[in-house]
Amino acid sequence: MSEVAIVGVGCVGFQPILPELSYKELMYEAAVKAYDDAGVDPRKDIDVFVTCAEDYLEGFSIFDEFVPDQLGAVLRHLFTVSGDGLLGLANAYMLIKTGHFDTVVLEAHSKASDLLTLMDVIAFALDPVLNRPLGGHPYYVAGMEMNRYLHDTCTTVEQCAQVVVKNKKNACGNPYAAYGANITLDQVLCSDMCFYPLKKLEISTPADGCVVMVLASEKVAEKLTDKPVWVKGVGWCTETPNLETRDWSKAVDTRLAAEMAYKTAKIHNPRKEIDLAEVNDLFAYKELQHMEALKLCAYGEAGKLTEEGVTARNGELPVNPSGGLLGMGYGLEASGTEKLLEVVLQLRGEAGRRQVSNVEVGLAHAWRGIPTTTGIAAVLSNVK
Amino acid sequence: MSEKIKNYRGEALKSADIKEGRVPTEKCRPKAKFAWSAGIAIGRFLEELKKAKIIASTCSKCGRIMVPPRIYCENCFKPTDGWKYVKDTGTINTYSVSYLAADATRLKEPILVAIIDLDGASEGMGIIHKLGEVDKEKIEFGMKVRAVWKPKEERVGSITDIKYFKPVKEETP
Repeated sequence: MSEVAIVGVGCVGFQPILPELSYKELMYEAAVKAYDDAGVDPRKDIDVFVTCAEDYLEGFSIFDEFVPDQLGAVLRHLFTVSGDGLLGLANAYMLIKTGHFDTVVLEAHSKASDLLTLMDVIAFALDPVLNRPLGGHPYYVAGMEMNRYLHDTCTTVEQCAQVVVKNKKNACGNPYAAYGANITLDQVLCSDMCFYPLKKLEISTPADGCVVMVLASEKVAEKLTDKPVWVKGVGWCTETPNLETRDWSKAVDTRLAAEMAYKTAKIHNPRKEIDLAEVNDLFAYKELQHMEALKLCAYGEAGKLTEEGVTARNGELPVNPSGGLLGMGYGLEASGTEKLLEVVLQLRGEAGRRQVSNVEVGLAHAWRGIPTTTGIAAVLSNVK
Repeated sequence: MSEKIKNYRGEALKSADIKEGRVPTEKCRPKAKFAWSAGIAIGRFLEELKKAKIIASTCSKCGRIMVPPRIYCENCFKPTDGWKYVKDTGTINTYSVSYLAADATRLKEPILVAIIDLDGASEGMGIIHKLGEVDKEKIEFGMKVRAVWKPKEERVGSITDIKYFKPVKEETP
């Protein structure tokens, strides 16, 4: 079976809002960059296009139908995945693995600013009979999870706040980041209490942006680029949707997604073999919980490692050198591709002033946000 | 009801049972509000409609004059090169008579909808709009039509700044 590589990337944003472009124009601009980077003509060279979008976030029924023009996919072979961009990567990867397709385009975007009632739409993801009638903001789910996680692991609120300080600082070096800032631990700890024990600055802010990537089989990839980034393994998993019965302390879906990806990628000791990780940090505590689920450290150890600087950009295990979602902005279904973009740039040595030295294997991880229990993980390498 | 089953078990639920609270129910109305950015191309298109003009964008590679405008040619996959006004007259490409509203209730006055290929635009490009001042029995393929604009003070930069298209021949005595 052919190996699969990412041979081109393009990104527009991420910005708090991008009012000057329609979602179509946003996708077009990102696609042009990705095709230029890969050296391909989408009208001739691409076998399949995979886009990622959720109708309710877009405000269109059957949003799939609105995407071909701006990607160069008119009268070509296209489908949309109703899920995070990393699930789109899994589909693109499998298409090439079948041996029937050599080139696949992956697209995911966020036009969060077009959705005036984002939190109401997220609240609509709660069970209509058992949960919704209780009212309140849907992020109280995160408050409950953080509370249980801190209780079970003895992780401290200071350790969670340190994630925010680190990620926002990393984002200052990332031109694709919307919310870079130099802030102190105290500023995070003193920010408004929103969903006890979750504070305002520990919550990622939505942003607009688009990521497009070109994937290719081994034989095409090696013709197109001398810097292919190989997809070594992808995994995904969903726990129960029931708030009443899920695991509140461990991200078990992410654990199983990671095990699936590691198996294919032949990763036996993630902590040692992975050089940098981009993990979902929609809420600060989630970075810590996800690190543990991804086997980057022991259960309950992530907070301590963060405090000690191990996960800093120049630390032993850099986590979210991009700035994460806390720094780049929450790109809805593009969240996973924000992570993937950073891993690709790092593995190519093109991450500018936030470049991590000596990187060979990177991990990209996504979680589909409140109230889901869907985790996706991908292992990438610049060595075939 | 299936012919083989004469009596279903249990009691049939009547709408009055729900209205009068004899069965438990939960009601929830979605609150989903969107404000889509029009962008460069459609933003300009709407601005021009406000001025009672229809604008297209052009592709120098394939030579198409495209309405509604876009910033890329989807066939050539390259940026468009310029803007060009097209006429507010055209011919009917296809049409239908909608007797029903979206909720499937029967309309008192059916809506006449048509695809209108606009004069000055490339073949097969134009606008979808309603027809007016025409007997539905007399609509024909290839019929020449003209936009009927709302007065200036009522135009807001919307597709409905055009009230409808009416046959051209009916306005010439």
